[in-house]
Amino acid sequence: MAEFNSSMIEDFSDIWVFCEQRDGKLMPTDFELISEGRKLADQRGSKLIGLLLGDNVTELAKELGGYGADKVIVCEDPALAVYTNEAYTNVVCDMVMERKPEVLLIGASNIGRDLGPRCAARLHTGLTADCTHLDIDMNTYVDFLDKNSNVDVASTTFKMEDVNMKMTRPAFGGHLMATIICPRFRPCMATVRPGVLKKADFDQAKADACEIEVVKPEINAADIHEKVLEVVKEAKEAVDLIGADVVVSIGNGASKDVETAKKLAQDLADALGGGVVGASRALVDAGLMDADRQVGQTGKTVHPKVYVALGISGAIQHKAGMDHSELIIAVNKNENEPIFEVADYGLVGDLFKIVPEMIEAIKAQ
Amino acid sequence: MILDQKHLRFQKLCRQFAETEFTKELLDRLEETGDFDWDIFKKMSKYGFCGVKIPKEYGGAGGDYLSYAILVEEFARVSPVLSIYANTSNSLGGGPLMLAGTEEQKQKYLPPVARGEEIMVFALTEPGAGSDAGGTTTRAEEQEDGSFILNGRKTFISGAPMADNCIVFAKTDPSQKGSRGIGMFVLDMHLPGVSLGKPEHKMGIKGYPTCDVIMEDVHVPKDALVGQKDKGFGYAMKTLDGGRLGMAAQGVGIAQGCLEESIKYAKERKQFGRPIANFQAISFMLADMATETEAARQLVYHAAELKDAGKDAGMACSIAKYYAAEAANHVAYKAVQIHGGYGYISDYKVERFYRDARIVPIYEGTSQVQQMVISGMLLK
Amino acid sequence: MKIYVCVKQVPDTSGVVAVNPDGTMNRAKMPTIINPDDLNAMEAALQLKESEGATVVAVSMGPPQAGEMMRELLAMGADEAVLISGREFGGSDTFATSQIIAGGIHHMGIGKEDLVLCGRQAIDGDTAQVGPQIAEKLHLPQVTYATEIKKDGDTYTVKRALEDGYMTIQVKSPCLITCIKELNEPRYMSVEGVFEADEKPLTILDYEALKDERLIETDTIGLNGSPTNIFRSFNPPVKGQGEMLQGTEKEMAAALAEKLSAKHVI
Repeated sequence: MAEFNSSMIEDFSDIWVFCEQRDGKLMPTDFELISEGRKLADQRGSKLIGLLLGDNVTELAKELGGYGADKVIVCEDPALAVYTNEAYTNVVCDMVMERKPEVLLIGASNIGRDLGPRCAARLHTGLTADCTHLDIDMNTYVDFLDKNSNVDVASTTFKMEDVNMKMTRPAFGGHLMATIICPRFRPCMATVRPGVLKKADFDQAKADACEIEVVKPEINAADIHEKVLEVVKEAKEAVDLIGADVVVSIGNGASKDVETAKKLAQDLADALGGGVVGASRALVDAGLMDADRQVGQTGKTVHPKVYVALGISGAIQHKAGMDHSELIIAVNKNENEPIFEVADYGLVGDLFKIVPEMIEAIKAQ
Repeated sequence: MILDQKHLRFQKLCRQFAETEFTKELLDRLEETGDFDWDIFKKMSKYGFCGVKIPKEYGGAGGDYLSYAILVEEFARVSPVLSIYANTSNSLGGGPLMLAGTEEQKQKYLPPVARGEEIMVFALTEPGAGSDAGGTTTRAEEQEDGSFILNGRKTFISGAPMADNCIVFAKTDPSQKGSRGIGMFVLDMHLPGVSLGKPEHKMGIKGYPTCDVIMEDVHVPKDALVGQKDKGFGYAMKTLDGGRLGMAAQGVGIAQGCLEESIKYAKERKQFGRPIANFQAISFMLADMATETEAARQLVYHAAELKDAGKDAGMACSIAKYYAAEAANHVAYKAVQIHGGYGYISDYKVERFYRDARIVPIYEGTSQVQQMVISGMLLK
Repeated sequence: MKIYVCVKQVPDTSGVVAVNPDGTMNRAKMPTIINPDDLNAMEAALQLKESEGATVVAVSMGPPQAGEMMRELLAMGADEAVLISGREFGGSDTFATSQIIAGGIHHMGIGKEDLVLCGRQAIDGDTAQVGPQIAEKLHLPQVTYATEIKKDGDTYTVKRALEDGYMTIQVKSPCLITCIKELNEPRYMSVEGVFEADEKPLTILDYEALKDERLIETDTIGLNGSPTNIFRSFNPPVKGQGEMLQGTEKEMAAALAEKLSAKHVI
């Protein structure tokens, strides 16, 4: 293998996306990342390459092309069928060391967040976690700042020729946004929050044109110390918070009777055209709601068409997960709660009294 | 007084435990049923709260009086009644044995009390002997073999329904007048002849049942006597000194709880278009509440410091108890006032604090007894 | 068996956040807490200590003020505490931090039976990177997102949470496991522990102590050596306050329905 030195940054080129599969199926985040990677590759004038590990997964690769991948490298091996940290780290790092991509994006799933940091440490490079926005071209970054921050762009000087990937993420529980760069080492690595970046439209012609390279990686059984005994999908109903058009979340104000509040929330979501029930961290921490319903910085980021917050005070970490919703309605007993600062419509009162009225009024329209 | 790291750490532990474990659900249940909650008591015991002030050699944590005061204050800030749960073993329950018990008695009784495996309570008051404890009529007749037969009735005994053992004061020598000739005994509550009155319906401190203890020809062994058989009254008074400190700390905790609730409410509640905290009538009440609370706290900490230094703290404890008990009531009164009509409704914490506060100037020496103690020392 | 528990002192971001004029967080003005996930790691270590017998060593990197946090961990039941602290370490990103902590653990020694436990992530950065990166530096197998840990001899069977279920993984010691809140309910300090914490050993490892440690490259630590740098930090724009609806519950609901209808939301 060629000498690998992460600080020889001029040796690196191309944008790579690690595409995660579970059970032989691609993850929705893969398409988001490929779509975003396409934009970055265009900004950089380089190729977008998907990296897919698994066993008998080559046929999945074309679909990635449909979202913008120029090429997909497929590493096929029975040992890669199910994710193990060691096998995946070894293969990803070997590929990176051999091919030297400039950028490596990984979805910030529980698996991506297990794999990414380990690879970064081995590759001797930086990794930025849970990014919500990425730019390479400075013009697009300045444009992003202009629209999404309090920075006075006009009176700030930017080094327009900078080609470091600018990785933006919430910091300090969402109180602050930070843009991170990794100027001295390559690849520049980021894990990207699922559900935040937009998926492009699928293009069959591009899928057909996508180049597929199948690689048989070298996996030494002696290097693998972990044994996966089983992978279990929980039978519980899947909560698709991220994809929902309507999310009705309940918070502390519901704690005296969570079951009733949950039912009211679901009824309201149904009246609004169908949606799912979310929860604030307080209810999840108290064990009153499942963690997969949590909206916020430490839960899920949602951007539905309608978001309704019932009895949620609107701590900044909750707002970080929902303030990009298209329309926000808040119901709370206390008119001073910060949730009303982001609400398009605020209703002050007891959710147990107001929500039935809301359902009735909406149905009457 | 500036707390050192160790006491700050202990304060943090007490506060964390109280804020997390004393849930609204638990407090409501205590209030509604009036029953003792064994689960929370066991949890307190597990973490060692029942043995804070009991020496290590007797199964406790060997903490000082200041730690004990912090414990009661921090628990009372969230729940006055639950501060009693952790208080008794450290004060009136365990105190008499630490004061006058033989090594054997201490080894026998203190470790289970420190670990919360047994409950020991304190029975001094009688129907006719409240503040005037010298009026004790319960009799302890010494038998030829040195054992005793107890007869009499103790009243308002906090924790009696749950108690395994009870410290009882009884006249050993009726020929001696007043406070003389009184002995102190450990009464096994399971002995024949011991019975309990009906739990009282109290104004506050609900969830820690109180009832009478009746003794009819109860035969207790010789080693049930703690200390000298005619010095019991002195032991009682010394124990109450320490107990007073605890109840003073309870007053501080109640006042602090009221103050915090009131600040929160005054900022939230709007009248005439602005938060009521913006009205001087309210904000000055808050200032008065904070001032009294802090003054009471410093008196309590100072008294604890004196006791820990081995100095005579009788007067300081009485001053602290007197002031903190009264302050708790002033502050609770203002807290309810700030809350207006809502403060009169049991959904709000201050309503409960208000009722709980009322006992503080009554038990373990009324405010008037404290005035007597203080003035007595001034004028002697 | 020695169990290293990696712990971070973090600003309590659940309360009021103090912000500097330049928009960065004013850590000095915020109350600090032990990072919540790290408490789950600590609890897991203490449970293993109780069932299997072990020496629990709490390890943190932070300013000298983190010493009191270390005392709290000792009060919970840790046997020793080690605070890695030095000006040279300040401002480290996850890559730099993990090699320093890995260096510290390597300096103390990690044997065949030993274990490293971490919280999944810290609430001030939410990166979840330091645990796996320590594992890589120490060449240990890792299991992240643990919701259950069972020990049988030198074999650990760990339930690892996935978004849509879980996987059960077996690893042998020495290994590194990161813990999440579903794993257990962290205990409080104990009364006895609080009083005894000052007598237990608290060691400070500074730059001098660790600079020759082979796992630490002195040119990739601290603010200047970290691979990643903050390019810019900023506040998201504040969304203007919307409309507060007025009237009784019925009137507010009706007004809302009308507005939603006018916007073709319903």
